[in-house]
Amino acid sequence: MAPSQTAILALSDGTVATGTAIGAIGTTGGELCFNTSMTGYQEIFTDPSYHGQLMMMTYPHIGNYGVSERDNEASRPMVAGVIVRSYSTEYSNTMADGSLHDWLKNHGIVGISGLDTRRLVRHIREKGVMNAVISSEEPDTDKLIQKAKKWPSMAGLELASTISRGQPTHHGPDEGLRIAAFDYGMKQNIINKLVEQGLRVTVYPARTPFSEVEKTEPDGYFFSNGPGDPNPMEYALESVSKAIETGKPIFGICLGHQVMALQQGIAVDKMFVGHRGANHPVKNLKTGRVEITTQNHGFSITQDAVDESIAEVTHINLNDQTVEGLDFKKFNGFSVQYHPEASPGPHDSAYLFEEFCRRVERIAKSETATAS
Amino acid sequence: MPKRTDIETILLIGSGPIVIGQACEFDYSGTQACQSLKEEGYRVVLINSNPATIMTDPMMADKVYLKPLTEASIKEICEIEKPDAVLPTMGGQTALNLAWNLNHEGYWKEQNIDVIGVDIDTIEITEDRQRFRGLMEEIGIDQCRSRTARSLLEAKEIVEELGGLPIVIRPSYTLGGSGGGIVWNQDEFERKILRGLELSPIHEVLIEESIVGWKEFELELLRDNNDNVVIICSIENFDPMGVHTGDSVTVAPTQTLTDKQFQKLRDAAIKMMRSIGTFAGGCNVQFATEPGTDRLVAVEINPRVSRSSALASKATGYPIAKIASKLAIGYNLDELENQITGNTSACFEPSIDYVVVKVPRFNFEKFQNIDEELSTQMKAVGEVMSIGRTFPEALNKAWQSLEIGRGGLGADGYEELDRKQVRERLTKPYWDRSLQIRNAFKLGASVEEVHDITKVDPWFLEQIRYMVELENETEQYEPDDLPEELLIKLKKAGFSDRQIAWLTSHRGDDVTEDQIREKREKLGLKATFKLVDTCAAEFPAQTPYYYSSYEDEGESEVSDKKKVVILGSGPNRIGQGIEFDYSCVHAVMAANEMGYETIMINCNPETVSTDFNVADKLYFEPVYWERVYDIIQHEKPEGVMLQVGGQTALKLAKQFQKHNIPILGTPFELMDLAEDRGKFSRLLKELDIPFPPYGTAFSVEGAINVAEKVGYPILLRPSYVLGGQGMRIAIKEDELIRYVNDVLRTHPENEFLLDHFLEDAIEVDVDAIYDGEQLHIAGIMQHLEPAGVHSGDSTAVLPPYSLSDEVIETMKEYTQRIAEALQVQGFINVQYGVTPDNKVYVIEANPRATRTVPFIAKATGVPEAKVGTKVILGAKLSEFDLSSQLQDYAIKEPVFPFDKFPEVKKELGPEMKSTGETIYFLKHFDDEHFKKPYEFKNLYLSK
Repeated sequence: MAPSQTAILALSDGTVATGTAIGAIGTTGGELCFNTSMTGYQEIFTDPSYHGQLMMMTYPHIGNYGVSERDNEASRPMVAGVIVRSYSTEYSNTMADGSLHDWLKNHGIVGISGLDTRRLVRHIREKGVMNAVISSEEPDTDKLIQKAKKWPSMAGLELASTISRGQPTHHGPDEGLRIAAFDYGMKQNIINKLVEQGLRVTVYPARTPFSEVEKTEPDGYFFSNGPGDPNPMEYALESVSKAIETGKPIFGICLGHQVMALQQGIAVDKMFVGHRGANHPVKNLKTGRVEITTQNHGFSITQDAVDESIAEVTHINLNDQTVEGLDFKKFNGFSVQYHPEASPGPHDSAYLFEEFCRRVERIAKSETATAS
Repeated sequence: MPKRTDIETILLIGSGPIVIGQACEFDYSGTQACQSLKEEGYRVVLINSNPATIMTDPMMADKVYLKPLTEASIKEICEIEKPDAVLPTMGGQTALNLAWNLNHEGYWKEQNIDVIGVDIDTIEITEDRQRFRGLMEEIGIDQCRSRTARSLLEAKEIVEELGGLPIVIRPSYTLGGSGGGIVWNQDEFERKILRGLELSPIHEVLIEESIVGWKEFELELLRDNNDNVVIICSIENFDPMGVHTGDSVTVAPTQTLTDKQFQKLRDAAIKMMRSIGTFAGGCNVQFATEPGTDRLVAVEINPRVSRSSALASKATGYPIAKIASKLAIGYNLDELENQITGNTSACFEPSIDYVVVKVPRFNFEKFQNIDEELSTQMKAVGEVMSIGRTFPEALNKAWQSLEIGRGGLGADGYEELDRKQVRERLTKPYWDRSLQIRNAFKLGASVEEVHDITKVDPWFLEQIRYMVELENETEQYEPDDLPEELLIKLKKAGFSDRQIAWLTSHRGDDVTEDQIREKREKLGLKATFKLVDTCAAEFPAQTPYYYSSYEDEGESEVSDKKKVVILGSGPNRIGQGIEFDYSCVHAVMAANEMGYETIMINCNPETVSTDFNVADKLYFEPVYWERVYDIIQHEKPEGVMLQVGGQTALKLAKQFQKHNIPILGTPFELMDLAEDRGKFSRLLKELDIPFPPYGTAFSVEGAINVAEKVGYPILLRPSYVLGGQGMRIAIKEDELIRYVNDVLRTHPENEFLLDHFLEDAIEVDVDAIYDGEQLHIAGIMQHLEPAGVHSGDSTAVLPPYSLSDEVIETMKEYTQRIAEALQVQGFINVQYGVTPDNKVYVIEANPRATRTVPFIAKATGVPEAKVGTKVILGAKLSEFDLSSQLQDYAIKEPVFPFDKFPEVKKELGPEMKSTGETIYFLKHFDDEHFKKPYEFKNLYLSK
């Protein structure tokens, strides 16, 4: 049932595992990370935040329900490679357009299956994140380990602009309040969620000069999720400060949350092991309610790093107490580290899009009132 | 919100005797609830009539009432104990119904007792299908079309409306779907409707559009007072709609849903739970999805812990009942810790990195003329759960767990497969559907064909097809040339050495499982043990809960402490149920107290023994030789404890002996001797102890000869059985021939015994513990029913109510002699027949803990199971206080499943048929609990 060509996974610390090649034949590398979500492999593989990473799914059976156009978060897979325990070439789902196997192959994604993924998860958990290489063509493990060692580290890596769209795109109604979104690797479902609020969304390439964006007179600004380290993203920090100057409401998710925090002088650090899954408990400190959230980040903010006068910590992760949400004091902006758009994952946090929309409406209304 | 301080005493209602649809999962939830509430400092008062439960142990609650589960008992207890609150969600539908009834009459309010864990109105909403339906409509949750009927006429009109048959009927307020089912044709329509109307306590049935063949899913939810909701587990049924979920093969987590589809279920479940009330606690929601479309309909919601939540707890490692109890007394989820990791929040949704398969266990062979077709009324008596890294691995392990003689999903012995028969067997849902699917693939059927017939999702079918593909590939080899790569694939897919031996045998069964083990050991191919940790290894976990798989890395570290392995009793079935789990749990506690590290092996998700807090280490594994041996090789215990797990553990004794694994307590040869009816009778002769005239035989001819010698009626008994399986009373030759043929079919290799049946004898059970020097008579129980009715089916009175002192002394003396001769170290049970002339005959002896151990322990207050275990481990009886606290009499009353099988006649005989029992303390013989069974004692004795 499964193609039987051998593939090798080599980690930069010399750990090696052998399995079966899946997807395209070739060699690939990147930061080895894992995701504990039991559904939603296609959304994960197409999430631009995973750009350049090797994605290992902890749930053993992957491919079961095939792939479907409606489950894409971007038009193509974004991960650099996939690692699974047991790969289903045959699939079953009413909504499926085809098999994961053909899809990976057609998009040239190299993968490996049939290895003890749990062992590797435990390994990274103990040793911290590291780079790795998957190859279904190079049998020499030493060469592969060397290759993994030389693979550039995520820390200090600016990746957002490399996957951002080339041209602005427009979404939603022709009329209504306008949102300008900066695309650092924006998930499709964030656009969908904003549009569901009745907002008119224009998504701009990451490095679009702010003056150009401002010309369209947006009613609110959005900073998207995306891959890599926020620290070298000078251009994004500049966009944030200019957006603040406009006085319009600002909302940020994930990488967007991080660049907003950085702009306000809050430190964002690389984590020992990132959060990647769809079961993380986040407590909303304003309401006392807990949301089960989708998470995907390798950098984070600790509570100590947040100066009360700059921002209020609105959400925390109940597992490790890291900051999950900020409401900024010096401007009308808020941001979350996790993914309220879910996809994959629970829909508990969808209220944040409503909150953003409310803020945008309120400001727009008061401005209209002032103008008249 | 922290815990409530306005309540001190909490009344917990148990679920009573084990019946189909309500088994030991409620001992598990009740036990967890007791512990959970007690550790918060509440005074816990418990009512349950089931003596075989751990929850009714004195240390579990501050006050335990072993009383009938009636409104009257509850009121009586409330008078004395003055509870501030009642928690009715841990005792199944029984407890909920009691709480509801008492609420209905205004009792709780009048007594100022707070109902916690559920909103009492919620019970009504979820049980009254019409109201539930209305509510679902209100909140926009789709349902299958349906309407309630109160009469046959109304039922006919509704069927017209729904476009004719088939339709589904569900009587309101019944347990385990009693009286429910699918009506396929006009012939059965009237009968089934009338029966449903009769069974429903409010005489209502719901008539539903048939969604037979749709895909079925379940979610387990928890909610706190702050309205935070988490989904603990998702379950996908292998068997599509039409089969009661308790009778279905189920899989966790869901396998064939995309995230969008799954989140739709999640959103709907949360919405549903919120719509039925604001209570803090557990909830189970069932859904169906229409194949070919995205249509999702809600099937039902249960606002309590359930069989599924026990399964979900074991499947994920998240202790639902324990947490639900904490929520009921005011805690919020984010104030509680994930007990598995010890340092993350309990407010999360477990992620698992393995596949869990549950397979139900049935007992159809015990009932004549039973309708084996599965339907919406539950028929299973128990279940097994298995954990594997993949579905094939888990499925094979589940079949190894069932204890029906299988080495896995087929491929374990010669079977003539007939295309037509397999096809016929697949057209309707039967208990062995997964095996028949395997057979169909073996015969070359395609996934499409099998899907068309069974409606089982093609993904599952594809997995089974892959298993058959491996079988077919393996068959081409001899063991010596079996490629390593293929052997690895087989082991990863859960194939047992026995299956591989069979597949590589080309002359009958010339290859043995030991040969295959040897081969893989040479290759270094060993089972690894992975951890169940609720988080897919994202965080380090502290709970020692393991399953086996063939992977690169094992996580079970072996300590240098002295350890003992306790074998669990496997799935519940008639003859071997919760009573043995009770003894297993006590054995663990006793061994812990004696300084041993305890290792529990069991595969029954409903039990307390598989609670990961019970033993020092839990291996959730089949109690199947290969799996047990793998664990023993890894752990290297001082020995294994076989006396507490019923017949399951004993059956493995031969293998332990053969592989030089020490058996603790009574030596193997002598245990074996007691099991071998022929040898045992010879021993009795030597000891000068009377027994009914007998003979042994291997064949029909032999049996006829013996019968002529000893005289009819004849009691026919196969060796090595529990619950009297296959035992029959024959009054004449043609009956004898028929019964012998039955035995030869099921137990071909063993000698069987033919006793002269003692007519009109009184049967007596004696349970004792012997330490090599001293004999402790734990209890002597006189049966109300005459000898011939299986002891498990008898109403037993402790102590005897009509035997002379002389007879009792004789029995004590015989028991001592037998215990000595068998060199018993630990438990012994002897069954006696006392004839009208006061002569005492030995019927059989069991050198192990029996079904009655918990009953006696509850009646006398002596922890017999613990004492016995400690004796097995070397303690002396003189170390214990063994004085009985029993005043007057205790009576054990059996509970039968005949209401679930209307087509079966109520007949009792030497083969056990009851599923559970209750205890009742008797003060005088005018009591209904004595008078009634006494009056009917001869009525049902049959063959």
